[in-house]
Parts: sequence; C-alpha cells; structure tokens
Amino acid sequence: MSNTENVSLEEVRRVAELSNLELTAEEEPRMQHDLNAVLGYIRQLNELDTSSVPPMAQVSEVLGGQVEASAAALRDDVLRASLDRAPVMASAPDANDSFFKVPRVIER
Amino acid sequence: MQTDTLTIDAVRDAIASKKTTATELAEAHYKRIAAEDTLIHSYLSLSRERALKKAAEIDTLVAKGDPLPPLAGVPIGIKDVLTMQGAPATAGSKILEGYRPPYDATCVARLEAAGAVLLGKLNCDEFAMGSSNENSAYGPVRNPRATDHVPGGSSGGSAAAVAAGFAVATLGTDTGGSIRQPAAFCGVTGLLPTYGRISRYGLIAFASSLDRVGPLTRSVKDAALLLETLAGHDTMDATSSHQPAPKYTAELAKPASGLRVGVPEEYFGEGLDPEIRAAIEKTISQLEAAGCTVKKVSLPHTRYAVPTYYVIATAEASSNLARFDGVRYGHRAKDATTLSAMYRKSRDEGFGTEVKRRILLGTYVLSAGYYDAYYRKAQQVRMLLTHDFLNAFAEVDVLVAPMTPMPAFKLGEKVDDPLEMYLADIYTVAASLAGICGISVPCGETKAGLPIGVQLLGPHFGEPVLLRAALAVEQAQQAGK
Repeated sequence: MSNTENVSLEEVRRVAELSNLELTAEEEPRMQHDLNAVLGYIRQLNELDTSSVPPMAQVSEVLGGQVEASAAALRDDVLRASLDRAPVMASAPDANDSFFKVPRVIER
Repeated sequence: MQTDTLTIDAVRDAIASKKTTATELAEAHYKRIAAEDTLIHSYLSLSRERALKKAAEIDTLVAKGDPLPPLAGVPIGIKDVLTMQGAPATAGSKILEGYRPPYDATCVARLEAAGAVLLGKLNCDEFAMGSSNENSAYGPVRNPRATDHVPGGSSGGSAAAVAAGFAVATLGTDTGGSIRQPAAFCGVTGLLPTYGRISRYGLIAFASSLDRVGPLTRSVKDAALLLETLAGHDTMDATSSHQPAPKYTAELAKPASGLRVGVPEEYFGEGLDPEIRAAIEKTISQLEAAGCTVKKVSLPHTRYAVPTYYVIATAEASSNLARFDGVRYGHRAKDATTLSAMYRKSRDEGFGTEVKRRILLGTYVLSAGYYDAYYRKAQQVRMLLTHDFLNAFAEVDVLVAPMTPMPAFKLGEKVDDPLEMYLADIYTVAASLAGICGISVPCGETKAGLPIGVQLLGPHFGEPVLLRAALAVEQAQQAGK
C-alpha cells in the first residue's frame, strides 16, 4: 500500500456491490471521503517492519496451553436437540412451515 | 425506594430479611424507569411479565424459608445485542426491528438461573458500533450524570441504567472498549473479562475474535459476583474456555499489598485531559499507599492499536453482518422483485450510516489486492501489540492507565467526523486485540462534575488479581470521600 493511494468512486461502488449494499448518490461521495480518511490513517501501520511477525487471527494462538487448541476444543459428534422449527420460521419475513420464501432467484 | 445506590449484597439482605420483596423491588425499578427513562432513553424494551414471574418465584422461596440463589431478586438489564427468548432483540438496528429470537443467550440463562430478575433490553450503538450511543437507530442515550453529554458506547444504555438507578447491574458487550468506556463516562464499574471467559452464545456477533460479554455494576464486588455466575465453558460456544473459573469473590478477601503495578508510559502522552491525568496519578499513589509496588513499563506499539483495530474489527464485521439479508429474520424491503435486489434494498434500508461505513471498510481491506496490505498487516501488528502486554506482565501483575483521553463529550459533538470518534478509543482497543482482561473503576470527577474512570488491565485469565487491585482503588475512593 503506497501512502498516497486513494479510493476512487468506482472502487466505492465495487465494494458496495461486494457487500450487497446499495448506496444513494449522496452516500457515495461521503463514503469515499470517509474511507480515504480512515485508510490514510491505517496506512501508518507501514512504519512497522512486520516481515518476520506471524499474523494473529485468534487470542488462543498466544496462550499456549491455557486455551484448548482448535482440535481439542471440538465436541464429541453426538446427536442433540436443536431449536424448534416453528418459532424460527415464524421470525422470517416470508415463510411457510418448512421453507423461507424469497423473490425470483434467476434474473433472466 | 431508593434504587440508585443498591448493590447486589444490599438487595439479597433486604429480600432475605423481608425488608422488601423481589416483586416490590422490580416494581420500584419499573416505576423509576417510567418516570425518568423518557429522558435518558436507556431501555429499548421491558420484559415485565418475565421479570415479575421470576420475582414471584423468589418471593415464594423467601416465604417458604428455602435457600436463596446468589442473585435472588437482583434486577438486571440486558444489552440489546444479547437474546432473550421471545423478547425483541434489535441490536440498536432497524434491520432487526420486530425480531424476537427463539432462545436465551447463555449469559441471560445463567443470570436467571442464579435468581436475577431481568428487567428488559438496553439501548446501544447499532450492532455495538460506536463510542457515544449516537449510532442507535432508536435514538441516543443521555448520560444520567450530565444529560447533554453522551453516556459513551456502545453499551451506553447499560452504563446509564446502572448510573440512573434503572437496574442494580447490567450486561454489556465490549469489542473495542464498549463496556469500559461507557462505565468511565457514567461513573460506574465495567468489567472486560478475558476473551473466552464468558460464553457468547446468543450474542449478535460484531467481530468474533474480539467480542466479549461483561457486567456493569456499582461496585467491584458486584462485578466479581456476576463474573462468578457467568464464567465457565459452554458447549454452545466453542470459543468459551475450559479453564476452571475461580471463586472471584473469595479472591477479593486477599489484600492488594504486594501487587506489582505497572504504569505504561504510552498511555500518558499528548491528548490526555489534564484533570484525568491528575486523577489517575492520584489513584496510582493510592495503590502505592495500599502496599503495591509501582513501576514504569512500556507498551511500545500502543500508537498502532487504533489503526489495527479498525482493520480487524471492520473485516470481521463485514463477514458477520452478511447474514442480515432479509431472508430468515428482520427487515425485508417490500418492492424488490429479484433476490439480489431484495438483499441490497433490505440492507440499504435496514443499516445505518456507521454500519454501512464499517461494512464497506471491512470489505475493502479483505478484497483481492488489499488483503495482504491491510488485513494481514493488521494481524501481524496485533501479534506485536499482544506481545507488548505479555512482556509487561512478565514484570508486573496489573497495569494502571486512564480509561479515556477525555471525559464524556456533548451529544452531537463528534458525530460528523468518524475518524475523530475512532481516535477516542485510543486507550481501550489494545486490550481488546490482545484478549486480556480489564476493568474501569470510578476514580473521581472533573471540576464540571463529569465522572473519571481508571483502567486496570490484567493478563489472560488474571481476573482474580485484577479484581483485587480494582477493590483497592474503590476502597481508596470511598475513604477519600
């Protein structure tokens, strides 16, 4: 990442598309401005040489034996009750007893 | 009844000795909420029926002379990012308006099983994204100590409810400071437990490698009592730790003398309000007077914590919030004729500006061509920040630092500048990234009467020592009054 890189309006639209967000014409330039301000601030991380530092995705990675390694944390594969279907389906905007209903999927 | 100074012990004593009943106590809280929360706006919904049913159960136990559970009749409020079966769970967002989840969060179930009376759901920034509670889709919370000021965020409702006498204690969640910072702004105690210490089953996820549940209370002992109830492995949350939970309240009986207290110089730099600096320095000398040894330590990567946090938290949020698509729960746009248009319109109508901003930022830093430069880089700096703490805790038992660079700011003051709002998280996010435990304890107020909080930090699973040091701060405060 260079220290002068800027996010274009086109990139804002592309990221919005990837995020399944629809931005209004007023929102686009606002978001472009904010993304550039925050990313510009984030780029100070470049001051650090991290070439020999492993990435840390989870706290458990630095805790050694204190927290179970991922494999040991797996539970036994036994059958157990899950949520009742009825209240789950009742939460949906549009559903019958067993299916969520959505608008047309194939768009041609 | 005076509800704004009650502690858990006081409630238990009053109920056990029949000075009051759990039902009267719940009603007293609801009465106060009805009278005063129209201004403060800490509750989004009340679970009156469920609360009074539980209170009646406790009152039956008392009448029969049966033993009382540890939180018998204690009125507690729940941040609205945690689920209570059949009760609204909005996460402060329009996209979840009307949603009533079909199950209890584990922390909610554990509180109730311990006798707590759950009063309702508390206002917060949308999906816990914010430092002022001004990002709630249902309107901001006001700081009970100064009502034209923010209560902090994102657990602003949780902190305000404790400060205002609308609950004896509350649950909040902390991803980058969301328990500790509002606790400091409202003058209450807020505990950030170690990552994995409390189950997150039933927490609406923001950033899964950071999110934690914790209590906001009126005393360090109350925080220890609630942690005791909540800590421990849960089969429903694979990230919850198998480490046995000690009896935290018993740990509090041990003296603080002999504890080694570290003062990280990076937390006292430019931008720290002078009144806050003075209050923290006074607290440090009080710890010294209590028999702690104090030494300076360095956390050299501290200035990189905020930029690291805003990469990792937004990246994880962009992934977690993909589930809000108008299919299984929450808002669905009315007029969309295709599936993809329905997704986009539902999310556009349902999410607020800050949530959209963070989803866009998170998607950007994860997207092809930028992943290594931003996301991987931030993960590497996260490792450096964590080792700063591990190195410091090789020399000291706890760290003491300011909680916030400034006291509660005014409503609307920072709302137009997201970067400036993010910079206010400077003292909170490093501990979040490292997964260590921390607590904010009231340690005075500014000349204008705004509360000041001191932050204590402990190593992973170091809550016993952390709480002992916190109790010493609290006792020195009370002695000084």
